[in-house]
Amino acid sequence: MNIVVCLKQTFDTEAKIKLTGDGRIDNKGVSLIINPYDEFAVEEALKLKEKDGGEVTVVSVGGQQAQDALRQALAMGADKAMLIDPGTEEVDEYIAATVLAKALSGMDYDIILGGWRAIDDSSAQVAGRIAEILNIPVVNMVTKLEVEGGKAVATREIEGGSEVIEVSLPAMITAQKGLNEPRYPSMKGIMKAKKKPMGKTTAADVGVDELTTKVKALSFSLPKPREAGKVIEGEAPDAAKELARLLHQEAKIF
Amino acid sequence: MPKGIWVYIEQFDGQIKKVSLEVLSASRKAAEELGHELCAVLPGKGVLEMAYTLGKYGADKVYVLEDDVLENFTTDGYANAIAGLIKENEPYAFLLGYTMCGRDLAAQVAQKVETGLMSDCVDMTVEDGQLVFTRPIYAGKVFVKATCPEARPVMASIRPNSFMAEENKKEAEIVNAPFQVGDIRQEIKDIVRQVSERPELTEADIIVSGGRGMKSPENYKVIEELADVLGAAVGASRAAVDAGWVPHNMQVGQTGKTVSPVLYIACGISGAIQHLAGMGSSKCIVAINKDPEANIFKVADYGIVGDLFDVVPLLKEEFESFL
Ligand SMILES: Cc1cc2nc3c(=O)[nH]c(=O)nc-3n(C[C@H](O)[C@H](O)[C@H](O)COP(=O)(O)OP(=O)(O)OC[C@H]3O[C@@H](n4cnc5c(N)ncnc54)[C@H](O)[C@@H]3O)c2cc1C
Repeated sequence: MNIVVCLKQTFDTEAKIKLTGDGRIDNKGVSLIINPYDEFAVEEALKLKEKDGGEVTVVSVGGQQAQDALRQALAMGADKAMLIDPGTEEVDEYIAATVLAKALSGMDYDIILGGWRAIDDSSAQVAGRIAEILNIPVVNMVTKLEVEGGKAVATREIEGGSEVIEVSLPAMITAQKGLNEPRYPSMKGIMKAKKKPMGKTTAADVGVDELTTKVKALSFSLPKPREAGKVIEGEAPDAAKELARLLHQEAKIF
Repeated sequence: MPKGIWVYIEQFDGQIKKVSLEVLSASRKAAEELGHELCAVLPGKGVLEMAYTLGKYGADKVYVLEDDVLENFTTDGYANAIAGLIKENEPYAFLLGYTMCGRDLAAQVAQKVETGLMSDCVDMTVEDGQLVFTRPIYAGKVFVKATCPEARPVMASIRPNSFMAEENKKEAEIVNAPFQVGDIRQEIKDIVRQVSERPELTEADIIVSGGRGMKSPENYKVIEELADVLGAAVGASRAAVDAGWVPHNMQVGQTGKTVSPVLYIACGISGAIQHLAGMGSSKCIVAINKDPEANIFKVADYGIVGDLFDVVPLLKEEFESFL
């Protein structure tokens, strides 16, 4: 079975974000990680391969530094990686999806996996867009996946419960927390990863002409930091009484 | 020629989602400023009754998409029906709630009509004659204002609890819209409903959350009892989820749910940056923690330094006495 995982490199969750003098995001010095939801996708791909055999390819649209994220997936056990240079500084979800879909359309895949969202922009739309372009069904926010006989049976979260959805392959599946526990790359895995193929291509090479973003960012700003409020002193019974009073009279929540 | 602002109305179990009414109310002002008609789009089975209430929240017109196959949400069925209607009528904007099904639908529709989509927005304004959206990125560390200058419709999904659902009485025109559901490839095998009296975490006005300080699954009872008095939802930190005390769908944070309640009560939660990423937009934060140095106190509006097992039951009694 051929499994493709779409993977995005995101900022480290502890990273401090600053703005540059002209009000753009300054990502200098921000350390980068694999988007945590994509890690679930990589893990699931490796499990599918362990069960049924096949090949796991990880694909990312991004700059040169995204190779680190791809390398890590290779170290976890993926077989090969592909990095696609979008050829433009400004990439919105429409461009990312168009480029990825075009690259994927030239590959042999039975199933495509990805995270349900990236933690940096919370857009939750690239996978859905890719599925739409490739004309394959999508199941989002999957917490359990079984693949057999050309079908995927996926349990996904919905508000107020969960549902079990069956789709024919090829299909796009996006991972939600709870799907699995991603493995850590072993020392051996890290050594092996160095020799695994890291393909590099560009949007133009996969056949995407110059695209302009559909969404345009107008300005960036930092939120006003939350300030520490009142710490209520005293023994528990008095403190509880005072808190209830403050929520009622001062914060006017009740 | 203005073509209308459309709002997708999500319903579940015969109930309209609160966020849909929030988006509808917020769009009323924008529609007036821009001279657009405000339309609600309501797909489902047996939804006509619900359609009549939408005028109350500002809709001029309600497109009802009524069909047996729309009884349950399927990505293909809903996206095909709505994208078709959009292509036919060419609205200026199509807005919806950033919910589990809303996200599914938004991505598919945006690509079907090849437009831009701004996700998880917390504000919407009219600037220079166009709709402009504000959304937190990098886990709330930065806000970006964005627009969709050319492609139509302008699409955005809105975080629950970002606006108030306000009544704005109108007599809405109800239209039975023709639509095509096309080929539905997602076959629903089973739906498991959680029977809970509590509100949905992402839509709740009040949330009581417990972290590693809860120490065991049984102790969550303390939190649940307070939540029940307040009509609140119950959340958790990742530490509590990873310990296996509560299911992962209760996790609040960067790799959990993003919540935006009026009141968030954090019990035995240290306030790690990844937790704050999920609840930092709460209007009022209360922290109960025995460590006076805990990070959560740096963002909490009110804090009690103490043992949660003493404080939470007392708090419950206090609220019981005046609610
Ligand atoms: C990539 C990534 C993603 C993550 N995503 C998330 C996420 O989505 N959500 C999330 O929550 N975390 C997330 N984390 C984990 C996060 O970094 C913290 O580890 C986690 O939030 C800690 O949970 P906690 O506050 O419950 O536990 P702790 O940090 O252990 O804090 C427990 C607190 O309870 C207090 N306490 C103990 N006993 C009592 C008592 N009897 N009464 C009162 N107070 C008491 C202690 O003083 C302490 O402050 C993520 C981490 C990473 C690396």
